[in-house]
Parts: sequence; structure tokens; C-alpha cells
Amino acid sequence: MNAIFPAENQALARAVLELDVDNQAGVMSHVVSLFSRRAYNVDGIVCLPVGNGQNSRIWLLVNEDLRLEQMIKQLEKLEVVQSVRRHRADHEVFTRLEAFFR
Amino acid sequence: MTKPLTETLTGAQIVVRLLERQGVRTLAGIPGGAILPIYDALSHSKLIHHVLARHEQGGAFMAQGMARATGQPGVCLASSGPGATNLLTAIADAKLDSIPLVAITGQVPKAMIGTDAFQEVDTYGLTIPITKHNFLVNSADELLEIVPRAFRLAASGRPGPVVIDIPKDVQTQVVEVSVWPDPGVADPLPEPDVALIARAAAMINEAARPILYLGGGVVHSGASELALALAEKAGLPTVMTLMALGCMPVDHALSLGMLGMHGARCTNLVLDECDLLIAVGARFDDRATGKVAAFCPQAKIIHIDIDPSELDKIKSAHVGIAGDVLSVLKLLSPEVETHLRKRWLSHVAGLKAAHPLRMPGLDDPRTHYGLIRAVAECLDDEAIIATDVGQHQMWVAQAYPLRRPRQWLTSGGLGTMGFGLPAAIGAALAEPERPVVCFSGDGSILMNVQEFVTAAEEGVNVKVVLMDNASLGLVFQQQTMFYGERTFASKFKGRPDFIKVAEGFGLRAIDLDKEIDPRAALAKALASRGPMLIHASIDMHQQVLPMVAPGAANKEMIGG
Repeated sequence: MNAIFPAENQALARAVLELDVDNQAGVMSHVVSLFSRRAYNVDGIVCLPVGNGQNSRIWLLVNEDLRLEQMIKQLEKLEVVQSVRRHRADHEVFTRLEAFFR
Repeated sequence: MTKPLTETLTGAQIVVRLLERQGVRTLAGIPGGAILPIYDALSHSKLIHHVLARHEQGGAFMAQGMARATGQPGVCLASSGPGATNLLTAIADAKLDSIPLVAITGQVPKAMIGTDAFQEVDTYGLTIPITKHNFLVNSADELLEIVPRAFRLAASGRPGPVVIDIPKDVQTQVVEVSVWPDPGVADPLPEPDVALIARAAAMINEAARPILYLGGGVVHSGASELALALAEKAGLPTVMTLMALGCMPVDHALSLGMLGMHGARCTNLVLDECDLLIAVGARFDDRATGKVAAFCPQAKIIHIDIDPSELDKIKSAHVGIAGDVLSVLKLLSPEVETHLRKRWLSHVAGLKAAHPLRMPGLDDPRTHYGLIRAVAECLDDEAIIATDVGQHQMWVAQAYPLRRPRQWLTSGGLGTMGFGLPAAIGAALAEPERPVVCFSGDGSILMNVQEFVTAAEEGVNVKVVLMDNASLGLVFQQQTMFYGERTFASKFKGRPDFIKVAEGFGLRAIDLDKEIDPRAALAKALASRGPMLIHASIDMHQQVLPMVAPGAANKEMIGG
């Protein structure tokens, strides 16, 4: 989980994934272990509860990789994940956070 | 209206009641401190027969054997810490072969979690990557939702293992229960996309050289008969993965048997020529495909699988259909034209005649192939055939005339030595009217040899045919073929007296080496009821052939 450096941001094509998940212990482990077992680095993670706190939203910043389509299907298979949406790397959820990593 | 009866129960009692309501009648496990409340509750159950395994891995493979033989989720129990870690191999095995399994583990009391308490291990964390889903239970109330859900998840869609980790204080927590949940059953299956099915049918109708490629999903969905009917209607030569053996009788005219690393030459050569590959419940495993880029190089691909993540995972499909194999084949078959396909089938027949599977010694019960065939001649298709992992497994896959789905229990994806004996015990417990034969090797049998005593204790109708070549045969073979004959760490210097070992555990045992008429001795042994070891020595230098080197293209076969 590296910090985001603007230069690196430009060097590699990236994607942002938006996941709706259950808000319970262990959910992050389920999500992240899919990437770590494939030596697929996750550059950024943001997670907060939404609505009444039953659910959370996880934002992931990852490299565009040939495996990304398979990763999305694997995420969709997780019982704790309700839905996955894919965005471009310039999604503001991470760009607006950059101020905190200077 | 009668008021619902309210009962005051412990978490442990709730677990046992939910298992009873689920229809579980046999489960396997080993007690220990953190799961003793559940064992105490289980001791009062009049419905559930608990089989005491001698190692948790053995217990979990017994549960797998029950599941593989019946299709219903198998259940195993273990305590915390080493009890849970000992389950891991069998859980991972169930994941890779898509076997429905519910593993219930004890955990240290909630207040002690994270303190490195005695026999504490992070069962939840350890089982995330090897389960479909897992639970760490927070309160006894939650059990009413979690236990049926675990069974539902294990059985739904692509089946697989689910772990329920229950802290000891949750097991002893007392709650009031007035309403019981329904047992967990598999979710209804989604309707397949009819437009895709129409495209697939058109591709089959237009193909000149199609092949039907059946995988374990055909067994899981109960679609063997439909697959066979499709093959017959459309004139499709058919190959099977290791997991699909039995879906089409091997002696069927359209069967080309197992494909891949140890498939017959004709099988891999036919695949090399096909112009359409119809993959049904198969996942393009590397043992089946060899070098993927060279697998069916001329073929368009139709891929049918219940798990969308299997589509395009290894090979891109021209038509990928996410759906239950049974539901898809029901819709597909009527749209496929009856086709004699004389030209292609006669070409395939020519390849079969020119490059058959060579099984030297088939008529001599003192050879590996001959022994397997001699066992088959004593049994009918009602028997269950289990194996361990290694040369004997591949020889049985090649030579045993498998003709029925769920006749064949073998560890495919994970390839776990030690699978055979406990899986055979589980199958015999689930289907006591069927004879069960477990082919094993002198390497594999030692990896769960302690379950001999469980077999004796339960009196299960399991015959272990031990093919003893005094080596780790497949390792010895690969070192011989690919490592300059440096056969290191693969020959056993110390050799147990397996007859004494079996007898010491309470089994009858015979040594075919010492029998003047091994065929008659085998027939007598297999006709008897109860557990027994049948020992036979095998020449260490015999190889599983043909063989595709790992990473090579399937058409580059060695030997055979």
C-alpha cells in the first residue's frame, strides 16, 4: 500500500474500483487478500461506512493490469461484496485526498 | 393459534439442533477444549452419528467423502488452534474441487481472542483464501442465521467449503429460541441467456470437427445424462477432465477418456485438430490443457460455467455462458441438430485405432494396470472408487472402467496425498450399501494412515488396494524423466510392513504378492464385507505414460 506519487500516477495506467460491502469485521481482509495472493499491489484504499452503517464503501486504487477483469469478477464473488464499479484513475476520491499525503 | 414454544438453549445446543434440522445424520471430527460445549450437546443427539477421526484432516476428508458421494454438504468438527489448522488442507482441497463442506471450529472465548491464548489461532484469517465464505460468530443468536446460511452458501452456485468459527463462550451462552429458521438450501439458479445459447447451438451445428469437453461441474450439477444425450445427438467426440470421469462411460463409442497430461495420445491429438471446443463445467486446468497457447489451436470455444469468473480466465471464449450446466444443456440440446458427423467420427476412430492408450500387462494382475483391471472385474458400477494422489491415481484414472457420476472420488485440483482413505471412509458412511475401494500408494497411505483405526471402529465397507512401489512414484518418474535420473528423496529405504500396520490398527489384510492365485484372492477379499487392506507390490520403474511435460503442449507427449 504505497502512498500516491503524482509522477508514478502518470507513469502507469491506473483504475479506481468502488465496492459496496457489508460493514463488519474482516471484510477488508476478504477484499485485500484477493490482491495480495496474486502479488497485485493495491496503491490506495479508502473505506467509510455509508447510510445507517450497515454497509461500507471501499475505494481501491490499482494498476491497470491484464488481470483487472478477473479481479473484478473475483471481487463480485465475495459474499461480503454487493457490487463493484470501475472508474478511471482520475476519479476525484483519490485526487482530492492527495493533499493529505504531501 | 398456538403460541410458539420458547426454549432456553445454549449456543452449542442451537448448533446441534440446527444440524439436525438441516438433515445432517453423520459428521466427523475430533473434540478439544474449545469445542467441548458442542460435543456435550452432540452427546445428547439421537439423530446425529459422530465419527471420531484420529486427525482433523482425516475428519474433514471424511466429510468430503460424504459430500462427493452424495452431493450434499459434508460436515466436520474441530477444536481451536491445531484442530483448526489441521483442517486447512482438506478445506483448501474442497475449494479447488468445488466440494460443499461446512467446517465448524471451536475458538477461545471472545474475551481471550487476540491474547495469544492457549490453542488460539486466527482461524477466520487463515480460512479466508480457502473458503467460499467464513464466519466468526459473535453471539448465540447469530447462530440461527449463520448455520443455515453456511449450508446455503456451501451448496449454492459453484459449491465449496464454508467455515464457522465459534468462540467457547458463544457455545455456552444461553438464549431463548422460539422460532427456528428453515434449513439452508441452494439458491435458485439464474436463468441462462437464451440468445447466447442460440449462438452456441448455431456454432455446434456449423462445426465440422467439434469436441465436447466435460469437467467436474457436470457431476456437481447432475447433468451427466444430458451431456451424454447432447453428445449422441450432435455426434460429439467427448473428453473428460480427471474430475468428470464417470460422466460418460469410458467404453461409450464417443468417449475419448481423460484429456491432458496423462491422457491417451489419440485424445490429445483429436483435441489438436478440433475446430470447436465445447467446455462444460470445466476450468481449463493446466493439467488438462498443457501449454494453453497450444491447446486446441484451431478451435473456437464455447464455455459453459456456473462461475462467471471462470469465463475468459485462462482462455477467451467465443461464446461464454454463465449458468448452471444442467439448465443450459436443457435449453441447448433442443436447438442442436441431430448430426451423424460420419467424416469427423471416422477420422477420430482412425486416430483411436492408431494411437490408443497402451496398458501393458492389463491381463496380469501382478502388474499395475492388470491389478486395477482385476479389481474392476470383481465389482459392478455401483461400487465407489476412491484414490490417493500419485502414479496409482493416474493409472486408475486411465484403466478403471468408470461409468457413473459420483462413482469416482479423487483429489484433483489440490492433489492431496492422504485424501483417499478418509474420503473412502466418508463415502462408505454416506452410502453403506455400496462397496468402496480406495486405491492408494505406499507414499500416500502414510499421510492419513491413522484413519485405519477409524475404518475398523466404524466397520465401514472399505477395501484399500495398496500399490506399493517403495517410492514416491510420480516424483521418482519426474526425476527420471526431467532431472537427469537424479532420483533424490523419492526412494524409501525404510519400508513398513503394511500387513502388520493394518492388522495393528484392527483391519484384516492380505498380501497379493504371496497369493498363488492373486485374482481369486482379490475376488474373495472384495466380496467380503468390512474394512480390509489388500497389498500388492509394483515395480518402481513403471511410469505413467503418455506424459506431457509440465508447461509443454499436449501434442508433445512422451511415451505411451
